[in-house]
Amino acid sequence: MAEKADIGCARPTGGPVGEEPVQTNQEQQTIKKEEQSMIMVGQKVPDFSAPGYQKGEFVNVKLSDYLGKWVLLCFYPGDFTFV
Amino acid sequence: MSIDSMFVHKMWDDDELKKMVDGGVPFPMLSDAGGKVGKVYGVFDENNGVETRGRFIIDPDGVLQGYEVLSPPVGRNVNETIRQLQAFQLVRETGGAEATPSGWTPGKATLKPGIDLVGKVWKVWKTEQAFD
Repeated sequence: MAEKADIGCARPTGGPVGEEPVQTNQEQQTIKKEEQSMIMVGQKVPDFSAPGYQKGEFVNVKLSDYLGKWVLLCFYPGDFTFV
Repeated sequence: MSIDSMFVHKMWDDDELKKMVDGGVPFPMLSDAGGKVGKVYGVFDENNGVETRGRFIIDPDGVLQGYEVLSPPVGRNVNETIRQLQAFQLVRETGGAEATPSGWTPGKATLKPGIDLVGKVWKVWKTEQAFD
């Protein structure tokens, strides 16, 4: 599911995946931002890709690659804390 | 997923988590440097620069079925997460014909939503069932 990633010295990052919001004027831009951070049960979640570590390998994970499976997505404050 | 790099994830898994779980963490430990994903999910704490304890249950269609967010000092109840996952899976398997009332755990009675149930939940579900 997660694809293996080649690692150099740079620290890779991921981010949301999908279309950039079309910006026409300031007001619409603000509305779009509010919509983007809306998380609602019953609605599709925003897709993203992110680098990571899994069982001895550095990987890249895209959430939409897990369509067809149940996913538990957990955020936590930092490594070496608890879950 | 946290703001730590995958290199730190590896160190944590190698140095500590493998002492708790045989073979280490089996699933991907993801890196969200800068909290870009956390911001979209509403769990990034801008003031402290870290993610809060957000947990999202996403179904096979990519639809969010439930979430919970705790502030950093309090840990999660994994059993409750598994219970909710089992409940959502049952609802999905029955195509919505069955629902899981308060306190449901696998093996306990479900409800069959419909016109016959209106005003009759008290007959088929007792308050004791809300508790283990």
